[in-house]
Order: sequence, then C-alpha cells, then structure tokens
Amino acid sequence: MVKKKNRKEVGIYVHIPFCLKKCRYCDFLSTPTDEAEKERYVQAVLQEIESYQEVAKAYQVRTIYFGGGTPSLLNPSLICDILEKIAKVFSISDRSSLEITLEVNPKTANREKWKQYKAMGINRISIGLQSTHDDELRLLGRAHSYADFLETYTQARECGFHNISIDVMSALPGQTLEKYEETLQRIVELNPEHISSYSLIIEKHTPFWELYGEGKACEKDLPDEALDRKMYERTKEIFSLHAYERYEISNYAKKGFESKHNSSYWQRIPYIGIGLGAASFFEDQRFHNPLQMQEYIRVAGNSEKRKREVEHIGTREAMEEFMFLGLRMQCGIEKAAFYKSFGKQIEQVYGEVLEKLEKQGVLRQNEFCVFLTDYGIDVSNLVLSEFLLE
Amino acid sequence: MIEQSKIRNFCIVAHIDHGKSTLADRIIEKTGLLTSREMQAQVLDNMELERERGITIKAQTVRIVYKAKDGEEYIFNLIDTPGHVDFNYEVSRSLAACEGAILIVDAAQGIEAQTLANCYLALDHDLEILPVINKIDLPSADPDRVKAEIEDIIGLDTENAPLISAKLGLNIEDVLEQIVAQIPAPSGDINAPLKALIFDSLYDAYKGVIVFCRVFDGRVKKGTKMRMIATQAEAEVVEVGTFGAGQFIPCEELTAGMVGYVTASLKNVKDTRVGDTITDAERPCEEALPGYKKVNPMVYCGLYPADGSKYPDLRDALEKLQLNDASLQYEPETSIALGFGFRCGFLGLLHLEIIQERLEREYNLDIVTTAPSVIYKVYKTDGEMIEITNPSNLPDPSEIDHMEEPIVSAEIMVTTEFVGPIMNLCQERRGVYLGMEYIETTRALLKYDLPLNEIIYDFFDALKSRSRGYASFDYDMKGYVPSELVKLDILVNKEEVDALSFIVHADTAYERGRKMCEKLKTEIPRHLFEIPIQAAIGGKVIARETVRAMRKDVLAKCYGGDISRKKKLLEKQKEGKKRMRQVGNVEIPQQAFMSVLKLDDE
Repeated sequence: MVKKKNRKEVGIYVHIPFCLKKCRYCDFLSTPTDEAEKERYVQAVLQEIESYQEVAKAYQVRTIYFGGGTPSLLNPSLICDILEKIAKVFSISDRSSLEITLEVNPKTANREKWKQYKAMGINRISIGLQSTHDDELRLLGRAHSYADFLETYTQARECGFHNISIDVMSALPGQTLEKYEETLQRIVELNPEHISSYSLIIEKHTPFWELYGEGKACEKDLPDEALDRKMYERTKEIFSLHAYERYEISNYAKKGFESKHNSSYWQRIPYIGIGLGAASFFEDQRFHNPLQMQEYIRVAGNSEKRKREVEHIGTREAMEEFMFLGLRMQCGIEKAAFYKSFGKQIEQVYGEVLEKLEKQGVLRQNEFCVFLTDYGIDVSNLVLSEFLLE
Repeated sequence: MIEQSKIRNFCIVAHIDHGKSTLADRIIEKTGLLTSREMQAQVLDNMELERERGITIKAQTVRIVYKAKDGEEYIFNLIDTPGHVDFNYEVSRSLAACEGAILIVDAAQGIEAQTLANCYLALDHDLEILPVINKIDLPSADPDRVKAEIEDIIGLDTENAPLISAKLGLNIEDVLEQIVAQIPAPSGDINAPLKALIFDSLYDAYKGVIVFCRVFDGRVKKGTKMRMIATQAEAEVVEVGTFGAGQFIPCEELTAGMVGYVTASLKNVKDTRVGDTITDAERPCEEALPGYKKVNPMVYCGLYPADGSKYPDLRDALEKLQLNDASLQYEPETSIALGFGFRCGFLGLLHLEIIQERLEREYNLDIVTTAPSVIYKVYKTDGEMIEITNPSNLPDPSEIDHMEEPIVSAEIMVTTEFVGPIMNLCQERRGVYLGMEYIETTRALLKYDLPLNEIIYDFFDALKSRSRGYASFDYDMKGYVPSELVKLDILVNKEEVDALSFIVHADTAYERGRKMCEKLKTEIPRHLFEIPIQAAIGGKVIARETVRAMRKDVLAKCYGGDISRKKKLLEKQKEGKKRMRQVGNVEIPQQAFMSVLKLDDE
C-alpha cells in the first residue's frame, strides 16, 4: 500500500459525447442519441475506469471533470455510477478539496437533477451560453434561448451551487461590437465565479466551414481582424473592471475560483481521459481513446488496445510542454520549477529564445519567473512555437 | 545480317495530347513483342515524371519485328521524340535518324501549332510523312474536315491516311502496313567508313554512357575504336545492341541502316553530344553528318537548397543529372538572401521545371528557385560586351551603353473567337505583330516576334487561360535586338533581396513592380513589426506595399486537455518558419521567391 502522502496527484476527465443537437460550429465528438446508447456508453466508461485498477493505487484524484457534449443529458444516476466507480478504483483522500465539475447546457437540467448533482458531490458547474442574443444562438445552432439559460443558471444558484462558470464566444458571423458588449455586460451582471471566453474558430468538417470557411460564400460575414481584435480588448477590459482576473489565455475568474482541473493541464499534472476520444497524460505518455463509438465500446476495458497515437514524453518533450503550457498562465513559469524538473537552468536550454522574445516585447523575465506580456498573449502561437526544440 | 530493305526507321510527330505515346504503345503491342498483360500503359514514357505529365522528355527508342501481309518480316525502329519546344534540337536529331515520320492529327481538334511545327521539321529532314487521323472514336471526331485541313495546310495526300483510335486499338494494322509500304528503307553503304548519328545518350551506373545512334554507313562492333567527330572523344566499343521495350539487347554488330546503342568506357554524356557523328578512328569517314550544333541554354535561374546545409547534396544531384543531360549547365553562385546555390542554364521553362522536380523527387531535395532570366547582352561604355544571366551581376547603369535582349518568332494557333484576347496578350508582352493566316474559317495562325523574357514567366499559363485552353504555341530563337531594359530591385523592410531582382523592359517596370509588391504582401506573413515592401529602379522607389504588424494570433481553446493537438499546431507554425528565409529580420517564405513568377492574374 502506497502511503497517502507519497501518492501522486491526478485529474480525471470524463467525456460525455451526447447532445440535444449538434451546434453548427462544433467539431467535437458529440451527437444526439437515445437512452439505450447512453446506457451502453456508460457501461464502457465504467469498464475503462476499472481497467486503471492496478495503477490507480499510486495516485490520488484531485479533480474530476465531466465534459462534452452535454454531460447533463445523462440521467444523474449514471453520473453517480461513474463517480462511485472512480471513488472505488482510485483513492480520494480529501473530499473537501476535490473539485468536481459538470458541464451543463441550458434546457437539460431541472431542480431534481440539481439536487442530485449536489448530493453526489459535484461542486462546480460550467454552463455553455456563448451569447445572450437569441438570434446569435439560433445562428450558432444552439438548442436553447437566453431565457432557457437564465432559468438553468438561477436554478443552479438556488440549489446551492456557488462555483459556476459561463462560456462566451466572440467573433460570430455578423456580430457587432455593441451586441457583443451587451452579452459581456449581461454576463458580469449575473456575477458568475468564472468565465471562459473564446473567439469562434471555423473548423473544417462543420456546417460553419461550408459557409464561413476560407474562400466560402459567407466568409466576409465574419468580423474582420480589427473588429475581432476590438472584441478581444473589450473582453479583457469589461471582465477586469468586474474583478475577474485573467489567469490563463482564455479563462477569467474571481479570486480563488480558478479552475483547478483546467489549470492542471498547464501545470503538467497527470490526467486520465475517460470516454470516447478522450486525451490522457499519464505515466509519461500522451495518448487518446478511439474516436469511433463502436470501436471505443469494444476496447474500453483494455488499457493496451485502447490507446491511440501514443506519444512518449521524454525530457525534450517535457521541457517544450513546460514552456508552451506554463506560459499560457498569467503568472507564467517559475525558473526554479524548471530547474527542479529538469536539473538544468532554463537559460541553458532557452537562453537565446528568451532573450530574443524579450527584445520583441512579447515576454518578460526576472530572476524568478518568465511570463508573457499582454501583446505576447495576443500573439501566443507565434511566441510559444519558439519553445519547440529541434 | 539484316537486309536494309527490311528495315523501317521512323518516328511519330504530333501536337501534345494527340496520342503519340498511345499509338507507340499500340504499335509495340500489335507487333507482338509484348503481350497485352506485359504492357504497362505507355511503355515508351518510362520516366515517372513523363508518365505523370503525359509528355515525353527523353527520346526513347524501340526495335520491333512486324510480319507484314506480304509474308515478310520487317524490322521497325520507332524513335520516340520529345514533345516540347524546349527540346526542338533533340527532336531534329531524332528526325534526322529516320526515313519517315507518322504525323498524328487529332480527329476532333485538327491541326495545332505543334502539328505544324513538327511536321515542317520533319519535311526539313526530307522524311516521308504518313498522316494518321487518331481519336476517331470521339463523338466530336470529324475525320473528313481534318483530312481536308491536312491537304490544304500542309499539302499532304490523305487518301490513304489510316483512321484510327489508338486508345481502342482500332485500325492499327493499317498504320503498320502503311509503314512498310510508304516509308523508304535505308540505303547506306555497308562497306564505306563508319558514319553514325548520335540522337541521344544516357548514363548508366554499370555500363557508363550508352549512346543511341543510327548507323548511316559502315559497321560498328565490339572492339571498334570509335571517335566522336565534334568532341574529338575516342573510346573502344564495349558492347553494341538494339532496343527491346525498356531493355537493351546486345548483338554482334550494327550495320548501315540500323538503329541501336553503343557503349564504351565513357563517363560523361558531354563526350557524346546529340547530333555528333561517330566514326571509326582507324578508318574515319571524310565528313561529319550535317546539322550538329552545341545546344546552349536559353533560360537561367538560381537553384538553392531550402535547407542551406544540403548544398553539397544539391551539388552531387546536379552532377548526376548532368551525366544524363548535356544541356543542363550549372555553376556555383551566392545570394545574400538564399545563401549558397547554383546558377543553372536550361533549354526552356519546361526543362527547368523538370530538373527542379527531379531534384525534389529523385534526390529528395527541397529547392528554391529564383526568377528565371534570359541571356542579356550588355554593351558597356568602354566598348566591352558582356552576357548577363543573373540580374545581380548587371553593371552600374553609368557603365552601360546599351543592352540587347533575345527575341523569338512565335506562332500561335487559336480559334477565331480568342484572336482578340491573344493579340492583347501579345501586345502586353511587347510582341511585334507579323501577320495572321486563317487556317479555316474558325481558326487562325498568329505570328509574332516576342521577347524571350516575356514568355519565360507565365506566358503559357496566360495563353491557356485567355483562350480557355484552345491556343497552342510554338517558337524559334530569332536573335538579339537592342532594348530599353532596367533592373528592378525589391526591398523588404528596406533591405534589397537580391534573389528577387530581375531585368525588365522600362515600359513594363512600373506594372511589374506594383504586382510584385502586391504579391509579396500576400506571401510574407505578418511579423511583430510593420514591413514595407518596395520596388525600386536604381534606388528610386516606384511601388510600395506594407505588411501590417501581427495583432492577434492566439489559439484559445485547449479542448478537453488535448495538448497533443495544441502542440501539433505549434509544430506546424514552427515548421512553416523553417521554410522561410531570413532577410534582415524578416522571414520570407520560400514560396514567395517562386510565386512572383506568376503575376498575370487574368
């Protein structure tokens, strides 16, 4: 038996690939489905969790995240089964510090469900809103109205959830700055603890790509660069005015309400992805589960057959990740942590890059840490790619 | 020994896509050397590149046996010729090795520019021409009209012209019988001193140089001490033989009238130039066969390895390619923007593209090419004349008295509805109109003198797009004329990029400069600072564009912790950067150096 204090921390992500209907911009693994398929899927998920039995004892779970899709479409008893299975297989020593997040879409929850969620220990809710304008919601192909959202949000509050996150999206086709600001204002007035803000990405193989993709008929309807930029600026301004701190490129939180689970991605804390297509970082490997439902269900219980695109994370890859993930955080990275992880001074590995980027005004460093400037965050792809080693 | 009366040496000439290679395949098939199953599609085009492009780059030759209806067996030597104006000289040497030519004309399209050019070339060599109408299976085929065209325009009798479909294998026997009946047998003197024409050669790692030749007089066998009259190279023959389909079949000797190959311990195709005459060093013939000339490159450009450390690899690859291609020239040069590379000379743009593709495919090299240039003659004020192939070497304007540029005479065949747009194009390209002939009511032959530097850019593309693919084109070098030329420089972030400089006529300099800047603006990615792009002549800026500074490039969402996906995106970004060239503090994509060649946006 591994002693408690020697156990390594791990996060668990559970993917629930079901939705009321598919949004028109979405390229995630999620589809509308029936009850029977949900049952079959959850059985596979339980098998997958069980397959970690052997290795699980060396770890203790620190965060659990139900993402989707729309996890709230599952019958709460199924969510409960999954949680119980996790508790049985892994050790959860400190219930009070355990963060359990559930993604919810409006119209898929009710008071009864909220009560059950609460009872099973879920303590963080992330609601997909995207816009507070019904015409924009229709355009996006969302299955709900703003009023539906308000009902969901209010119920969650009334049922005792004190850590709620809202997703919002900018740069929608035809969106004006005024309308977007209105959405931002309405959101801050609701006073959620956490906000995730993204600009719309037109992904291939989506209905939106056919309309707004490169060279497609309606591409011109997308906000131009100047407007996109302006929306992005206003997001920062309005949120900071209401005491939300940007702790990561696209995440804002009231003090103390940063998402532990999401942060663990940037901190390179191991996580296990459970479910269709879910990605894992575990025992120095990155891999993901099968992307096809039938295939996933077939191999879910077999930890070897299940892995896809296994990437071994050696020292070089770990250094790269340390930099390009760590720098996404507002606080950046600590030089001492780099040394502690790799036994080398950061300057030995990245001295030239750091100096060059500092000169370009995208990054700053002092004796203790390295972090991106606001402009550096704006052009982060360009900056972070510099940290990939030959 | 084979009687000369049973030999038929011929080639096939046609406009591109009229079915030359397909007919060659069918002839080989019908003569029974190969079974249908053994036939790869298009046996003769055996370079991968040739098959993909559907054109013949290096001449290929095959010897086949045909049992004719008269009961006799005939030896056919089919000499396949390159099908592009870049290789006109090689075509002419192949023709000189034959007594006859099959002229294929597409039953739907009729006579095209290259049909005429190649046919006249064959007539120049006194070949017996056998017209064949191909693709009669096409719904739009109109053999009677095409026959009439051939009679009216070329003046050939078409009464016996076979009507065939090479694709379906229809009436191929007619062609074979006509070859026997119409094409004259060779009539050399077997007892005269050896006289053989080199029409191609290739380098083989085991056999050394393999010379393709047609023996006109005398005989050659193992041990013959052969001498190449023009290059004066001498070597003892190791092996002689004939051409199977795709293989060499050794034989005892080659005698007058025969087509075959000769190997000796020669290391370089430079010694066995196409068009040279082989004779017996111990009993030389009195004079060489006519028509030899050393082909000189017409188009030059810089070739640079995308990865600077691959310079030695590029040098080795060029060396190897040159073993097989005497018309490829190269010498080392240095560019500030591109580092170490080579200035290479080519017969034309297609030749350039082929070499570039072979370097990339066969030698796995990433190549950056600079804008192609022709050879300019620069007359300096001190009376000296120098030839310039690299714009960077142009002397200071104060030292230049005047310059001359090469001119070609071009023939463009086009359907009448596109005469207007094509005339406009020629005018834009500084063409001098010489005349127009109507081939029939719907088609015309336009004649222009055009500066070569105007057609080496994107003339073919422009011609195709403005005629919806209906125009065809052929040209011949005509000579040099004085011209008002200037060097156009491109400055990126105030630094001159030598690899982007080019020489252009003063009248079109502004337009080209403007288009270059516009194009570069789309090619150069945004940096963290603003980048001015300027076109300048002698320090005077004539056009300007600006690449604005990057404002935002952030990929926010990391879905469900999918770090690998995120990393792939970063890797792509980094990979993109690798393919860039650093000029000052600006990274220019390699693509940009080539994209500026295609400026015609119509």
